[in-house]
Amino acid sequence: MLSFCTLSAYGSSLGKRGGCRVLSVTQFCLKRLETGGGMLQIILGAVMLGLLWAIMTIGVYITYRILDIADLTVEGSIAMGAAIAAQAIYSGINPYAATFLALVGGMAAGLITGLLHTRLKVPALLSGILTMIALYSINLRILGKANLSLLRMETVYTVFKDMGVDKNTVFVNLGISQVVPVITLGLLCVLGIIGILYWFFGTEVGCSVRSTGDNPQMSRAQGINTNNMIILGLIISNGLVAVSGALIAQQQSFADVQMGIGSIVIGLASVIIGEVLFGKRNFFSRLVSLVLGAITYRVIIALVLEIGMPANDLKLFTAITVAIALALPVFRSYLSPITKSMKVGM
Amino acid sequence: MLSVGGVYKTFNIGTVNEKTALRNISLNLEEGDFVTLIGGNGSGKSTLLNCIAGVHAVDQGAIIIDGIDVTKFSEHKRAGILGRVFQDPMVGTAANMEIEENLALAYRRGRNRSLRWGISQKERELYKELLRPLDLGLENRLGARVGLLSGGQRQALTLLMATLRKPKLLLLDEHTAALDPKTAAKVLELSDKFIEEGKLTTLMVTHNMRDAIKHGNRLIMMYDGRILLDIKGETKQQLTVEALLQRFGQASGEEFSNDRALLS
Ligand SMILES: Nc1ncnc2c1ncn2[C@@H]1O[C@H](COP(=O)(O)OP(=O)(O)OP(=O)(O)O)[C@@H](O)[C@H]1O
Ligand SMILES: [Mg+2]
Repeated sequence: MLSFCTLSAYGSSLGKRGGCRVLSVTQFCLKRLETGGGMLQIILGAVMLGLLWAIMTIGVYITYRILDIADLTVEGSIAMGAAIAAQAIYSGINPYAATFLALVGGMAAGLITGLLHTRLKVPALLSGILTMIALYSINLRILGKANLSLLRMETVYTVFKDMGVDKNTVFVNLGISQVVPVITLGLLCVLGIIGILYWFFGTEVGCSVRSTGDNPQMSRAQGINTNNMIILGLIISNGLVAVSGALIAQQQSFADVQMGIGSIVIGLASVIIGEVLFGKRNFFSRLVSLVLGAITYRVIIALVLEIGMPANDLKLFTAITVAIALALPVFRSYLSPITKSMKVGM
Repeated sequence: MLSVGGVYKTFNIGTVNEKTALRNISLNLEEGDFVTLIGGNGSGKSTLLNCIAGVHAVDQGAIIIDGIDVTKFSEHKRAGILGRVFQDPMVGTAANMEIEENLALAYRRGRNRSLRWGISQKERELYKELLRPLDLGLENRLGARVGLLSGGQRQALTLLMATLRKPKLLLLDEHTAALDPKTAAKVLELSDKFIEEGKLTTLMVTHNMRDAIKHGNRLIMMYDGRILLDIKGETKQQLTVEALLQRFGQASGEEFSNDRALLS
């Protein structure tokens, strides 16, 4: 039950469409929380969503921090991942294969943005916007309609049902039998992705991607094909985002063509929260902090909903949070011009 | 080693900002030549170096390095045989990466980059050995972010990176101009040492006439996109600032004082 509650809160953050319906569901859920819920369930639900969104957050981090590009493709590729996975599962394809197809789709989206930017010299921001808009139509075609339900379909999580997780009395009594499979699988995915990326960005190619984002001029002078590295980074990033979308769709049992709206801001919020709260000592701790950031974001959202903020204000709340976080350096420099001048005088 | 033949370069063709930066530049560098390049602001020195490095495509003419026609090569493809140090110390290194990571990137210049680990333990030892003679204490800070270094330290590091794999041609574009006089002298001394030890063919832009005369075996002066003077051998060795000013006056028909930027 609980996973459904948190989820509907998320659902209401998706957009204008069906606002009334979603709102009423949310109110219903909030009532449930007041009567029976309890903190544990709220937190667990947030952790569950946070883990799935963490994969998307890592994707955003790769473009925003490593490549130094604000890539809006993700708004389209997260919905694309959801659409591909949902349609594939609906057509009877194995959920894991469906999730893999979503990965491929997301990578293709990243490739298109990369080609627009590097080969056709369209500015990065605009390249992302173009792909994002194009994906909206493509996603509609994939889904065949605005949304597709996966209720009672096999998903990547139902394997755990076969293992009897949903009948485990401890979990059932705690009301978290739905959450356990998602958290387990989400955690596995996140850990696997962190491991692979930690390895990749330590390799010769990975280092070249990093240096391209850091200093393209220097990278070219060191013989690095910066265009290809940008494309590679965008491919990896959007592949991850699409996987995230696929996993989210299966968790919430539907894919929605609008589910990407505002996702870049959620991703950025998670990146920044992670960096501010959990540090950035080395690359590994940065990756972990992204996951913690994504989870923290979900916990914050769950809590502000719990204390009564209307779900329709979520996007406004997120946008303001991100704006403040991004402006932090400016505030700091107003507050402490002395520390700043000390830093410059190296 | 380097052969530039009939190169023209005009920026913003067909607009009000049209600007011809290179007019029929031809230049041959022998192996081991150390050429200093001087000229007033906007005379086309950087443009020439950038055309050689592939930052700009030339409008006309050919650029041949070590027998390979690189005119059509992209910048990163040419980089394999070039070493470059820039005027701005920020440009030559990746600030958010570690000293050893920067060196490792340079160590792979012109080599295939694969999914092997980006830096090996053996390399670290090598880098320590190479950093020690710089006398900047960097050998003990391999893991430090380059952004934490001073301009002079970064420039010295860039110089080491440019020569880590012996380049066919070393391009130095006013690489000491942004440094304080003492640091500038040190980096220049270091450059001399690298060039001599590695017998590197070098093209060095400077605004300082004394430096241009003191260093290298050949001096080229550019003016308005052309090569105005080309002084080598004996004449170069005996050159003085006064003689250079005089020759410039004769060649250009202008008073050198018009071009104050050249005076040091
Ligand atoms: N990317 C560019 N776009 C347009 N014009 C350019 C560009 N680069 C150089 N120019 C112009 O070409 C001319 C030659 O510039 P260049 O930078 O080569 O001069 P320089 O000799 O290096 O001068 P300085 O001593 O000031 O560095 C100048 O008039 C400059 O404005
Ligand atoms: Mg210049």
